[in-house]
Amino acid sequence: MSENPVFERIKQEVNDNPVVLFMKGSPVFPQCGFSAAVVQILTEVGVKFKSVDVLMEPDVREGIKAFSNWPTVPQLYVKGEFAGGCDIIREMHETGELKQYLNEKGIELEAA
Amino acid sequence: MTLTPVKDTIQAKLEAGLSPESIEIVDESDLHAGHAGAREGGESHFRVAVVSGEFAGKSRIERQRLVYALLAAEMAGPVHALSLTTLAPGESTK
Repeated sequence: MSENPVFERIKQEVNDNPVVLFMKGSPVFPQCGFSAAVVQILTEVGVKFKSVDVLMEPDVREGIKAFSNWPTVPQLYVKGEFAGGCDIIREMHETGELKQYLNEKGIELEAA
Repeated sequence: MTLTPVKDTIQAKLEAGLSPESIEIVDESDLHAGHAGAREGGESHFRVAVVSGEFAGKSRIERQRLVYALLAAEMAGPVHALSLTTLAPGESTK
């Protein structure tokens, strides 16, 4: 099976950056409530992240869905691993699992 | 002809695929009116809470993938966003 060429670009993002958020809009100007919610959670937790605006890159917008086998955006990657979408990140934040998960992955958190 | 064809389809597919103990589907499209992805007539944004034995022993990601797979046609079509709560019997959200 020939691989989707945009997968290379996505792989590079998730391998080069410990925490990557594929989202609609930017952290300062999110274009979707679900993306905004994840940005807010990551900010609250104090984790630095790279964001990729899928609205600026239509091939990534479609490619990330196939890459992750996940039909919606936002999508969070931690150390190259798909961590979840908005509902999962929100649930993990509410139960305290998110901080624990980031710690286990060796991600540095800034004190709030 | 029902007034909520998308919601009814979601309900039918999840009941068939998950034999849920409980299922709750709320159309939240009103909250997203005017925003990208919102459709005339609503039925674009849903909140779905399902309790099913099918979820037992599965991670959150696996559970949601299961739901998305059952609703692939709807996700590719009229549904812009699904908020999912996926619990196994006996689990609570907190």
